Amino acid sequence: MAKKTPAINSSSTADIAFLLLCYFLMTTTMGTQTGLSRRLPPMPDPNQKVEDQKVNRRNIIIVKINSADRILAGSEPIDVSQLKDKIKIFLTNPTDDPSLPVMEPTEIEGLGTRPVSKGVISLQNDRGTSYQAYIAVQNELVKAVNELRDEASMREYGRKYLALTEEQQKTIKDLVPQQISEAEPKDVGKRRR
Amino acid sequence: MPAITSSSLSDIVFMLLFFFMVTTQLRETENKVVVKIPQASEAAKLERKDLASYINIGTPIPSLQAQYGTDARIQLNDSFKTTSDIRDFIAAERDSKSEADRSFMTVCIRADQDVRMGIITDVKQELRRCSALKIMYSSRKAE
Repeated sequence: MAKKTPAINSSSTADIAFLLLCYFLMTTTMGTQTGLSRRLPPMPDPNQKVEDQKVNRRNIIIVKINSADRILAGSEPIDVSQLKDKIKIFLTNPTDDPSLPVMEPTEIEGLGTRPVSKGVISLQNDRGTSYQAYIAVQNELVKAVNELRDEASMREYGRKYLALTEEQQKTIKDLVPQQISEAEPKDVGKRRR
Repeated sequence: MPAITSSSLSDIVFMLLFFFMVTTQLRETENKVVVKIPQASEAAKLERKDLASYINIGTPIPSLQAQYGTDARIQLNDSFKTTSDIRDFIAAERDSKSEADRSFMTVCIRADQDVRMGIITDVKQELRRCSALKIMYSSRKAE
């Protein structure tokens, strides 16, 4: 008759596992990174002659933030809360105003010819601008574009932008491009670090 | 009264352990600057977390303020650096990614909300010089 082997006392494995669990809880992070994605313009070639890109004056809106976090859009001071609507009007030009960007009819794949705004938003900031104000303005600009994209996709497909397929989203992106340029740094006003 | 069998308890705990191991990632660096990232309602999720490199900008943590002062500093990996070190940092980060993914590398700027734009502009200019053009301003999602 075989000798009966005593069972290994397994009551402590739970404790060991708990210790491991605690270790992983302490050393890891779970938070997902969220933020505003941007693409920086490439550095201009030093050998190339500096040539001012001739962008038609009506196609560009300059948003400036000074060191006191005040905002100037176009030529008038404005509050952050009004910026979104201003940008939306700028990018859609509903009244065909000659001082607002051209809506150029463009052939869009899958949709046909649609007017596409040539507007570019140029964002300028001072060295003394606070980061919070800068992000708030960036956020408003993105929000304006996102809302326009939502409106465009409702019009074209009858659904919100986020509910579209990847291909449809690309089409809408062509229709409502996000043209935000972060200009070369300029020192405006007095320096404050 | 028979004792409750506790043999399955360890299995349950192991299950929990695996869950946390899969859903979390190791904390790589210790924060040496205080970063309270700003809020933005349009914040979008970073798609490839493994392709991100982080640049922290903020005031040093209180215990280091005696040594480094309270001016905003840049933290790369585990130490305070200046803008001129960004080039090496980006080169090292690029090397650590696989060749196919290099063009998708994103530099995540995690800056404190009270930092002045001067330092961030310097960082951005340096990033442009190293042609690390995909950047993301870290921000909290808020409605």
